[in-house]
Amino acid sequence: MKRRLSRDIEGSSSSCEELMEVCKRARHPSEDSGDLASNWAWIPQEVLLRIFQYLPLLDRAFASQVCHGWNQAFHMPELWRCFEFELTQPASSYLKATHPDLIKQIIKRHSNHLQYVSFKVDSSTESAEAACDILSQLVNCSLKTLGLISTARPSFMELPKSHFISALTVVFVNSKSLSSLKIDDTPVDDPSLKVLVANNSDTLKLLKMSSCPHVSPAGILCVADQCHGLRELALNYHLLSDELLLALSSEKHVHLEHLRIDVVSENPGQQFHTIKKSSWDAMVRHSPKFNLVMYFFLYEEEFGPFFRDEIPVTHLYFGRSVSKDVLGRVGMNCPRLVELVVCANGLRPLDEELIRIAERCKQLSAIGLGECEVSCSAFVEFVKMCGRRLSQLSIMEEVLIPDHKYSLDEIHWEVSKHLGRVWFPDMMPTW
Amino acid sequence: MAPNSIHWFRKGLRLHDNPALQEAVRGAGTIRCVYFLDPWFAGSSNLGVNRWRFLLQCLDDLDSNLRKLNSRLFVIRGQPANVFPRLFKEWEISRLTFEYDSEPFGKERDAAIKKLAMEAGVEVIIKISHTLYNLDKIIELNGGQPPLTYKRFQTLISRMDPPEMPVETLSSAFMGCCITPVSEDHSEKYGVPSLEELGFDTEGLPSAVWPGGETEALTRIERHLERKAWVANFERPRMNANSLLASPTGLSPYLRFGCLSCRLFYFKLTDLYRKVKKTSTPPLSLYGQLLWREFFYTAATTNPRFDKMEGNPICVRIPWDKNPEALAKWAEAKTGFPWIDAIMTQLRQEGWIHHLARHAVACFLTRGDLWISWEEGMKVFEELLLDADWSVNAGSWMWLSCSSFFQQFFHCYCPVGFGRRTDPNGDFIRRYLPVLRGFPAKYIYDPWNAPDSVQAAAKCIIGVHYPKPMVNHAEASRLNIERMKQIYQQLSRYRGLGQVLAISSGLELHHCYICYSLPLNSSWDIVPRKFSQFFGLLSQILHYAFISVYINLPHQDGNISVYIALNSCISANVFVLRKKFWLINTVTGYFLLASYIKNCPSNC
Repeated sequence: MKRRLSRDIEGSSSSCEELMEVCKRARHPSEDSGDLASNWAWIPQEVLLRIFQYLPLLDRAFASQVCHGWNQAFHMPELWRCFEFELTQPASSYLKATHPDLIKQIIKRHSNHLQYVSFKVDSSTESAEAACDILSQLVNCSLKTLGLISTARPSFMELPKSHFISALTVVFVNSKSLSSLKIDDTPVDDPSLKVLVANNSDTLKLLKMSSCPHVSPAGILCVADQCHGLRELALNYHLLSDELLLALSSEKHVHLEHLRIDVVSENPGQQFHTIKKSSWDAMVRHSPKFNLVMYFFLYEEEFGPFFRDEIPVTHLYFGRSVSKDVLGRVGMNCPRLVELVVCANGLRPLDEELIRIAERCKQLSAIGLGECEVSCSAFVEFVKMCGRRLSQLSIMEEVLIPDHKYSLDEIHWEVSKHLGRVWFPDMMPTW
Repeated sequence: MAPNSIHWFRKGLRLHDNPALQEAVRGAGTIRCVYFLDPWFAGSSNLGVNRWRFLLQCLDDLDSNLRKLNSRLFVIRGQPANVFPRLFKEWEISRLTFEYDSEPFGKERDAAIKKLAMEAGVEVIIKISHTLYNLDKIIELNGGQPPLTYKRFQTLISRMDPPEMPVETLSSAFMGCCITPVSEDHSEKYGVPSLEELGFDTEGLPSAVWPGGETEALTRIERHLERKAWVANFERPRMNANSLLASPTGLSPYLRFGCLSCRLFYFKLTDLYRKVKKTSTPPLSLYGQLLWREFFYTAATTNPRFDKMEGNPICVRIPWDKNPEALAKWAEAKTGFPWIDAIMTQLRQEGWIHHLARHAVACFLTRGDLWISWEEGMKVFEELLLDADWSVNAGSWMWLSCSSFFQQFFHCYCPVGFGRRTDPNGDFIRRYLPVLRGFPAKYIYDPWNAPDSVQAAAKCIIGVHYPKPMVNHAEASRLNIERMKQIYQQLSRYRGLGQVLAISSGLELHHCYICYSLPLNSSWDIVPRKFSQFFGLLSQILHYAFISVYINLPHQDGNISVYIALNSCISANVFVLRKKFWLINTVTGYFLLASYIKNCPSNC
């Protein structure tokens, strides 16, 4: 019954009208379907809740105007656990913002029900401001997840730091069981992380804070020291230290599952520090299965300190041009590599580098190549060596250089043969 | 009495392979070829002067070719719907012919004219000749939906008969005793207007790099084939510094205006391939350019919102930034990136840029750097690009901005490196941005990094004579890759946060990865109806035996959302084939569906 019901609702594009219709009938039992109608009116709250969960908010709001019972159901806490505030300005976004009246309603009636909350803001400072205003009113709620998401430019960064911090710490202080926190590209700082740790150290499992320039290595170290349940962490390379890795691999700490590092160059020729092999080894001993995801956005000459020693990286993304030399070192020093993306490379083909990667990175299962060059025969050799474990193989058509052995038409057969499935290079429109 | 015909030219500005024109002439007493121009519209429209010039040259050429057949072109000032009734009466018309227009706007206009003609007792004959195939047939073969991927499209094409042969060129012999009554004052009344008459200022306008017209198109196709025969290589030519420049063998604007028949091109290519390679079946890749065009036409023909993000069922809604100043810098070649600015200058001056150059500037405007909507870029191309067709232009922009057609997006073109790799010497830059002429090759793609002494020697101070770069590309591309991932929340099999590989293009025959980010915008809750829509789209690729679907459910209460997701999959009736579903929940941890299957309704 329940399934049929829900299917009926979703099957029609005007579900709320249908509900209204049903309801009208319920109000006029003199019409022929009297019994059914009274059933409708007396749907138990649990069932109603189930139905409401299937409906978009707007439809629920319409339905809530039908009768007292449905209106009560509309306000059931279960329906308000998760909410995404979308804060945009017509001048800077194509998308509609969450209606201010609704925001008021939520803060007034449902803020204590909220558990999974995210804020999506566009590129205007006003939107980030509005997000902070809402945050600072969430005094009586207990959030489990909070995400601050800039959908265009990092607008939280444009706020006065103190304003942002005071709003954020309201949540830290009042929600004692925060488990996931995504605050990339925000002006969060060390003292506010201390507040986070003081209130949520037992529950924090995920912390995403890439590109938060006001946090220092000591600030993040404090989090790692205290939050022993932390399993996923994302930060920029300048926050990564040997101490941090050792803290994350201490006995008290749960196994880390996911560590994401963004290595971004602020200005050409920047110097980067190195991480000791022993620190990485400690991490791998403690969390043998953890994913180390590294995004590189560096100028070629800045790669000096990287990949000199063995590093347990599993997922590598080179967002800018990377030299043959560095890719050669990747082949030598990244035995745990699972995924590799090279967006661009110089003019010389990557033949030997790819073959070495196939040889030494035994777990490699996904590769993507953008503006690079590989000869067709080297590519076939690479695929042959990796075989069926290559589950994702995304190569731009321009990457493959036909040679005496294979033309572009032949290569897709040859590669498909070794992969055990039909494969084609990626194509871009020629127009 | 033999009928009096009108042939209505819109696209298809040619006498060769023009079946509708033939129909107009066949057995007719008189024929009048008309083209409608709205002079008021010309001044206010957003088409640039290059496009108007190209069009007028096409019309001139058409007129002079018709003169050779003792006929003329009638350029009518006004709107078809207003003028046709008068023409029908004045010329005692009983037959109207035109080429089929597959685009939604065109279909609507044509339906109205057809109705109007029938009411006036005029027979209407419509023929397909702007595309290789009858697009409706392709859609029918695909179960009523336009194919969403190019691979799928190719599969469909390979199952169809080859396109119909081009019909013969209109000749005096074919005209027979069919004549065109031409009045004394024809040139005043119906002559092809000049750019000045349309209100364009032509002072200092350089001569056209791409001269319009059928005659030019036919010369070019011969040259094009000669060159192909000469290199005897039918693969896509590799990009080099030379390919960036307008080539005398380029054909795309001529295909756009129909000065060149795509079928003629198709069969000439086939013949040449057979002659050179001595094999009988050329690969589909031989027709790459033509098939891409056909693909976008097919995708657009039933979708009136094809050029919009909102309300377009195949377009992913991406929270693009609105930023008119940044858009203007891009459009006016003031980004501070010589590679981007040179391309935009070439586009504005000549009306054509190489397809990889299009990728570069489109990527820069949208997902790569500026995060501005593809619709804005499309409008600029519409104005400036000679070959910008409504369908192909919108389709390519959606493609390049990763808004549709499920392609990879991990890779952004670098506005410095891409150019440097293509043209290491920087001659292309110097040609279109003379202000940078003095820079050595080392700095010409990133002049802001040149030491002061080099800038002084080049007589170009960055920030004074040429703008500083408007964005930090490294930072912008980092942010934007992240934004894209928020939207597509990808594939990789490991947990949680930022998945490295954002490859979503694995649409192979047996295996296909689709990702779907559910509560993207409407995100109050999971809406089963949305799932149904999504799976409706999916249903056309269900011939793949094995599908992995990644569904992104950010910030949801895990159990409930997975349950709802599953229920809706079932109700959308997609569990026909063996499939594997992964549900990824990005914040609260993700759920491998397998572990939930036991809790699910039995037909899962």
